[in-house]
Amino acid sequence: MTLSSEARPISSNGDSIESSSACWSCGAVLSSAGLTCGVCGHVQPLSSEVNYFEVFGLPRKLRLDVPALEREFYRLSRRLHPDVYARASQQEQEWSLAASSLLNDAYRTLKDPIRRTEYLLKLEGIVSGDEGGTKKEDRVPADLLEEVFELNTQLDEMRMNRKAGEDGGQLHQDLLAAKRGFDAQLKSADLTLETLWTRWDESVDSGDEQSKLAAKDALASLLDRRRYIRNLVNSVNEALGA
Amino acid sequence: MKEQRVIGIDLGTTNSLAAYMEGEQPVVIPGEDGSHLVPSVVAIPAADSAEAATQRSVVGNGAARYLASSPERVIYSAKRLMGRGLEDVQEELKLFPFRIGDNIQAGEVLRLRVGESEYTPSEISALVLRQLKRNAERYFGAPVTRAVITVPAYFNDAQRQATKDAGRMAGLEVLRLVNEPTAAALAYGLDRQHDGIVAVYDLGGGTFDISILKLHEGIFEVMATNGDTHLGGDDIDNLLIAIALDDIRGEQGTDFRGDRATVQAIRKAVIEAKIALSTQDTALLNIDLPGGGKYQRKIERSQFEALIQPVLDRTAGPCMQALKDAGVSADQIGEVVLVGGSTRIPRVGALVDELFGLSARGKKPHTELNPDEVVALGAAVQADILSAGSLATDNMLLLDVTPLSLGIEALGGVVAKVIQRNSTIPASATEHFTTGVEGQTNVAIHVVQGERELAKDCRSLARFDLKGIPPMSAGLPRIEVKFLIDANGILQVSAREQRSGKQAEIEVKPTYGLTDEQVESMILESFDYAESDIEQRQLIETKNEANTILAAVDKAPLQPAWGQLSEEERIQIVLLRDELSVLKEGEDLKLIRDATSALDKATHRFAELMMDTAVASVLHGQTMESAGSRMGEAPTAPHPFSKAEFE
Repeated sequence: MTLSSEARPISSNGDSIESSSACWSCGAVLSSAGLTCGVCGHVQPLSSEVNYFEVFGLPRKLRLDVPALEREFYRLSRRLHPDVYARASQQEQEWSLAASSLLNDAYRTLKDPIRRTEYLLKLEGIVSGDEGGTKKEDRVPADLLEEVFELNTQLDEMRMNRKAGEDGGQLHQDLLAAKRGFDAQLKSADLTLETLWTRWDESVDSGDEQSKLAAKDALASLLDRRRYIRNLVNSVNEALGA
Repeated sequence: MKEQRVIGIDLGTTNSLAAYMEGEQPVVIPGEDGSHLVPSVVAIPAADSAEAATQRSVVGNGAARYLASSPERVIYSAKRLMGRGLEDVQEELKLFPFRIGDNIQAGEVLRLRVGESEYTPSEISALVLRQLKRNAERYFGAPVTRAVITVPAYFNDAQRQATKDAGRMAGLEVLRLVNEPTAAALAYGLDRQHDGIVAVYDLGGGTFDISILKLHEGIFEVMATNGDTHLGGDDIDNLLIAIALDDIRGEQGTDFRGDRATVQAIRKAVIEAKIALSTQDTALLNIDLPGGGKYQRKIERSQFEALIQPVLDRTAGPCMQALKDAGVSADQIGEVVLVGGSTRIPRVGALVDELFGLSARGKKPHTELNPDEVVALGAAVQADILSAGSLATDNMLLLDVTPLSLGIEALGGVVAKVIQRNSTIPASATEHFTTGVEGQTNVAIHVVQGERELAKDCRSLARFDLKGIPPMSAGLPRIEVKFLIDANGILQVSAREQRSGKQAEIEVKPTYGLTDEQVESMILESFDYAESDIEQRQLIETKNEANTILAAVDKAPLQPAWGQLSEEERIQIVLLRDELSVLKEGEDLKLIRDATSALDKATHRFAELMMDTAVASVLHGQTMESAGSRMGEAPTAPHPFSKAEFE
């Protein structure tokens, strides 16, 4: 009874629905994504479509003050954590569980630059390579074709040598050099990422849909490229370390 | 009615204990005999024995006494078996002389056979918990029905659920399961709330945990945790036992590994030697064998350390992984806290020092709080946080993590991770599924826990059968499944078919768990004493105490020590004795209790005098001398490291 062809994962698109209502406890009007009431502080039932940026009251932007995010995470944790509601009604305990798990998921995602970017793209309707349980076929970035081809040959050779019990000193050196090359590529991808964040944030500010679209596409292909290089580095590490 | 106290319980492999917040400080709740630790040992007396007439189970020190006489009726270290199946515990069962229940199927909860009955590890733990609950009720003079219980941080879902089930069977509502190292950090953090990064190294009787925490203005945020649920003092004991058995076979040609009573005697002796070697340079194993033989062996501390080094080295890997996962280096760790009885071994302290480069930075690991008690004290702190709280814990909040990744078995048996290890809990993930066949109404999901790529190498948690999906074309239903790990580290699953909006029915088959009905049926009988029952029981217990002391006082004039008391002391004792004799026939709990303690106090010097006489007579005897003369004869050659080969 495993997850066979009978059950296929499908990807999710969080279409958000704005809603506003009143606090169940004191009746004050709630802001659209308030996890707690601004007046009495009680935890609120979740409207199911609150996104991670809204949890922290942040715009959908990618440059983010991480220490400030941490402070806000701690502040909200003191309000939402199930420990705070240990003596409350069953209903409030359930709301607290839902709200604090959303808070934790949001913090975990937003504090990490890559996860944050992937999440934003998902919100913007772009499905990433790791999404949906099954991996999309990895496309080799065009400018890396030659290097990747050479690397794969070296990796195969390394594995065969190992099987035959040889250590292949020169090959080991070659792989180390290749790894240094890809590590540098990774670094440069991270620098590009920050530039693209700025481009995205600026187009959000200006409201220019055309440049938003361009920034999104650039981000998506950069993440694909980065993921591809990351996997290469991992397989080199594996071959070197095993 | 005044709100009930919530107690904190450390349910340990070797010993268990309970604590509560008294004002601003957590304190241990003593047992009836005044001792803090209750050995996690349960004896089930034979149905036709005299003991069985009064109680069906014996817990703690009383049960430990059965180990010598009828080891087949005793179960200990049940924590190592919690939430496990037969195939998980093959190694354990080679070393622990338990009998397995009949007809246990793969994936089923383990059962142990004692005499005519079978018990799950949860039931055995429930008996230990009930003893702690009774100790607390006797101590407070009020019912106790709610508790915080600690578990090893590296416990998986099934082991956590089994612990929670045990609490329920014992009549305790488990408000929270807290990870042991985190609890220890809470106990330490109470007095010294300054910010920084702390590592807790917890080596107990059967489990090892390492946790890295960030402390910030009263928030205890666990950054990463790692460990081994099969590593602890037991492994050291088993190593020494295996060597002793090999030695005996070599010297005397007899193999005692099938002989439970002898193995038990060896276990007791090696544990004593192990403890002695924490403070002494040598220890002597001295074991009487059946048939009048003797086995003796001197162990040098250096030998012992060389022998256990491989066991201790197994803690290094988890420490490195935890540091890596937390994204910190060893020199960023500001403080290290040592927890668990096994950290008393000096070599453990030295290893921790090396791992975290402490002495190089002019630091020492923290051992100020008793390593056997610190976890229970921390559980009491968490209990206080959960129940209204006091000023001491007002600002404190614990943010813990899940130790293992949660995944779903996907095509080809590979695992698709949905919640990564070291995610702050509560944590959740939502996945969407659809059908592959026309009109399909069921979808099966296999949930696993662990870090390996293939589902078969991970821990199977449960199989969920999503039922009642409205018949539609293949691929049309959109089933949303929400996985949520709660603050106890336990998984909850809910599912919904989005096109029809129908709540899908989930049938859960926990892999090594008990169903709700099974737990219900195992709830210990008569656990739920109404308040009047408690008073009734206390009155009986108090009268028993009065009778015990009265009987002792009646015999007092026969003792030589009686003559050493002054005239006034003797008169005082007699007066108080007569007063208690009258009061104990009445129903006033407080009067009897006060009179008993007054008599107890008055006889204090008498008891001391008796003790002195007893000690003096032992010193005059030959026991010590004869023991000393044998010490030189023990074999001292280092024993080769060898694996146990039990059938």
